Amino acid sequence: MSTKTDTTGEPDAAADPASDLGAAGSQLSTAPQEDIGLPSLGPLGWARWFWRQLTSMRVALLLLFLLSIGAIPGSLIPQTSIDPVKVDQFKAQHTTLGEVYDKLGMFHVYSSVWFSAIYLLLFISLIGCIVPRSWQFVGQLRGRPPAAPRRLTRLPAYTTWRTEADPEEVLEAAGRMLKKRRFRAHRSGTAVAAEKGYLREVGNLVFHVALIVMLVAFAVGSLWKSEGGKLITEGDGFSNSLTQYDDFKSGPFFDTDTMAPFGFTMNSFDATYERTGPQKGTPRTFRANISYFTGADGTEHKRALEVNTPLDVEGYKVYLLSHGYAPVVTVKDGRGQVVYHGAVPFLPQDPKNFTSSGVVKVPGAETKDGKRNQLGFQALFVPTFGGKNSGSMFSQFPAPDFPVLSVNAWHGDLGMDSGLPQNVYQLDTKRLKQYKDAGGDIFKKMLLPKDRATQMMSHSGATLSPQEIEAESTMRLPNGEGSITFDGIKTWASFKITHQPGNGLALTGAVAALVGLAASLFIQRRRVWVRAEKGADGVTVVEMAGLGRSESARLPEELAGLAVALVPDAPIAPDAGPQPDTEATDGPAARTDQDPTEPTDSADPADPSEGARA
Amino acid sequence: MNLAAAANETLAHNSNLLVYSAMAVYTLAFVAHMAEWVFGSRSRVGRTAAALTTEAKAPTTVSVQVAQKGGTAVLERPKVITKAVAGARDVPDGPGAHGGTEKGDLYGRIAISLTVLAWALHVGGVITRALSVQRAPWGNMYEFSTTFGAVAVTLYLALLLFKKNVRWIGLPLVTTVLLDLGLAVSVLYTASDQLVPALHSYWLWIHVSCAILSGAVLYMGAVATLLFLFRDRHEAKLADPQGKQPGAFATSVLERLPSAASLDKFAYRVNATVFPLWTFTIIAGAIWAEAAWGRYWGWDPKEVWSFITWVAYACYLHARATAGWKGRKAAWLGLIAFACYLFNYYGVNIFVTGLHSYAGV
Ligand code: HEM
Repeated sequence: MSTKTDTTGEPDAAADPASDLGAAGSQLSTAPQEDIGLPSLGPLGWARWFWRQLTSMRVALLLLFLLSIGAIPGSLIPQTSIDPVKVDQFKAQHTTLGEVYDKLGMFHVYSSVWFSAIYLLLFISLIGCIVPRSWQFVGQLRGRPPAAPRRLTRLPAYTTWRTEADPEEVLEAAGRMLKKRRFRAHRSGTAVAAEKGYLREVGNLVFHVALIVMLVAFAVGSLWKSEGGKLITEGDGFSNSLTQYDDFKSGPFFDTDTMAPFGFTMNSFDATYERTGPQKGTPRTFRANISYFTGADGTEHKRALEVNTPLDVEGYKVYLLSHGYAPVVTVKDGRGQVVYHGAVPFLPQDPKNFTSSGVVKVPGAETKDGKRNQLGFQALFVPTFGGKNSGSMFSQFPAPDFPVLSVNAWHGDLGMDSGLPQNVYQLDTKRLKQYKDAGGDIFKKMLLPKDRATQMMSHSGATLSPQEIEAESTMRLPNGEGSITFDGIKTWASFKITHQPGNGLALTGAVAALVGLAASLFIQRRRVWVRAEKGADGVTVVEMAGLGRSESARLPEELAGLAVALVPDAPIAPDAGPQPDTEATDGPAARTDQDPTEPTDSADPADPSEGARA
Repeated sequence: MNLAAAANETLAHNSNLLVYSAMAVYTLAFVAHMAEWVFGSRSRVGRTAAALTTEAKAPTTVSVQVAQKGGTAVLERPKVITKAVAGARDVPDGPGAHGGTEKGDLYGRIAISLTVLAWALHVGGVITRALSVQRAPWGNMYEFSTTFGAVAVTLYLALLLFKKNVRWIGLPLVTTVLLDLGLAVSVLYTASDQLVPALHSYWLWIHVSCAILSGAVLYMGAVATLLFLFRDRHEAKLADPQGKQPGAFATSVLERLPSAASLDKFAYRVNATVFPLWTFTIIAGAIWAEAAWGRYWGWDPKEVWSFITWVAYACYLHARATAGWKGRKAAWLGLIAFACYLFNYYGVNIFVTGLHSYAGV
């Protein structure tokens, strides 16, 4: 972009006084010129017009506004990427609306065509804006601050005095003084022109470039990412391959064949809770103690994972998400065979005290006489038994102080042979029959864990015999069709394993944006001119004026400071009589006569001359 | 352990007492502010009209202040002539709520003293609350609201302390803080809250404290913007003597505010100053989300609304930089942006469920 002196696009009010200041007021920033004119004929003309429109500040504003409005629906309508179950519920409840939303991409707003269009246009506009602005800025750096306008009195801040010193000496001194204060200054005619605060423009450009960097980083991250979940019970492990994940999703460019080889085992899980006071039950620590290995040779390392401290391995991160209890049970069938033994992860129903539910499916069970009799158990688990609430027991503390498992049982066909994937936390009871007791009520029992029944009952003073323990921890099914024994408790933890390239880039972009933004908003770009000429009476008249962007009240103060610094080299003439009446023809131009350094210097004490310029 | 628990409960109880006392004193401050406005109305008004309609005839004299000390001329700070930006109305600021009357001023000072007292109680309430839960008091909406109010009043008093002309914000501020605390103790009250370990992260504390501070500053900007809209309309009416003139009540109130230009400038400064902090708030939140959930940005409702608020403020700043959008249009954008901030706080926490909702209402 050329450094022409057209100031119509100057985005600050300084442009207005600048319009009669000629070049002096031009390009105090590098905002693009607003071009509202109609295009000249021809496709090229139209194309240029369109491009100008797209890269204008007005369109940038419009697109920004659209971006914020466009982001709203995604926060109010359920999103597939966040909660697919909710989306399905929504669609089931609002059939027509759901269809309309589906067509509009409302269930995946942030990857929808229209949302992408808004931000892509915005970023094209941004690039179209940054490139010419950068050139323009380089031009300004190469050039010199514009020469002093003819009438300095018209500038927003102005001061003058008379001195005995020679004009040449004053200008010389002014140049030195300004350069010492890191102004870019040069002599032009009977004045020195100086400018400072270029970093503001640098900051602004850095900020806008950083926005692009962040967008690129975000795009890289979502195209090449992978993310999966895994639930692991104490003692079990995970190794990084597709089949090991409970659930997995990845960006379109992620290659599942090249997943980095690593794995880990969860040795134990520690959870502690506040035991007393108003904070009773508040989690204090969650810690998964793991051993992990990388590569094929796999030397093991031990580590503790906590919620905010992920494991960083081979470009993957492993996060501890949540945890719960996995009762260990043994199931025997009608023949007395052990048909199931293991820890079954239960899902917490109450996130605070961990009343949890789960099921045990035993497809391989048979009756006494060898008939197929699949068994299913539905169970509720409480770590600390707190009593019963409308029939079902509840927990009163999250730690396993008094664990109880309440079981009821089903038999028949579990429906696992159909080949359809089944929810491991639910029984499909369509072809199952529930065991009932003699009275026709549901057959169920509360079990104590075999490994701690003695401890748990010790408060009653009695030690339990092995038979008694067996009785407390086992439920025998009617007709000798089998039994289930509550052996003990393990803890499970769920992990999220993610791979997202571009995080470093995103952080770099964010930091650069922040620094650029601060520079752009806190640094003032301003110009100062000093003129020294011999007056009619042979005494030198020094005039100083400043021009900044409109928002600053600091400019007059700075000008005053500069004047004070110049005075030693241009001492005030002792007989400072009436001033040359430079303003006479300007009439009402300079109306506010205020000294910013002395806010109370006002005739009317009730007049806060500083105004709200706080 | 039980002793400590009892101590905590006493602290929590004291905290509530302090907050209630602060509300009582804020109410007194509110009454004093009202008195200030009522007695201030007896002052002469019409300075704005005068400034707008009379031509400044006297040629401005340009002078240099010279202090004679021991015979040598010493230049003190030279008198710098400032000129209003062309096109803007050149109107002096109003005298403030007290209207330049002594009685009004007295009530105004009483109001500020009461505000200081209420603030001390309020801050005491926030600190005892923090001690009772043994963590920063930003764990749920009750704590967030009380802290937010305390920070807003602190800012106001700090600006007063630095001799900034912000007395005009006194009445709106006290009113809002009363509303804020009223909501906090009635609707949002939470006795003591659970914090899941995901919240044990210093990035979270940085994030939340910055969000509170940003909000308090943005609030000031929003009040100034709102008043700007009124005052600007008022000045526009006065500038056009043929058109409809403002009523007596509007004149009495609006005349006492700073000029539209000053209010606008104040609002811009405040918003522009805090925008980088708000940006940092979001970045800190993203860093924390990365550490806690394995993604720095996941379009969770809270994240979406922080983003919307941020873009809305970017809009506002852009609007100020675009010639045709200065003034009223930019002001409306500023208000919309603040509304987004408010919705992100109340709306998202209460109506929308997301990962952040476990912070507890
Ligand atoms: C991606 C979205 C964008 C965001 C979030 C954004 C944000 C901002 C912010 C916060 C400022 C204020 C800083 C200041 O006043 O110095 C600013 C200034 C500016 N922006 Fe943008 N911007 C975006 C896109 C654009 C586009 C597309 C253009 C060009 C058409 C543009 C041109 C400018 C200019 C010229 C300024 C400086 C105005 C001045 O000198 O006061 N921005 N931007």
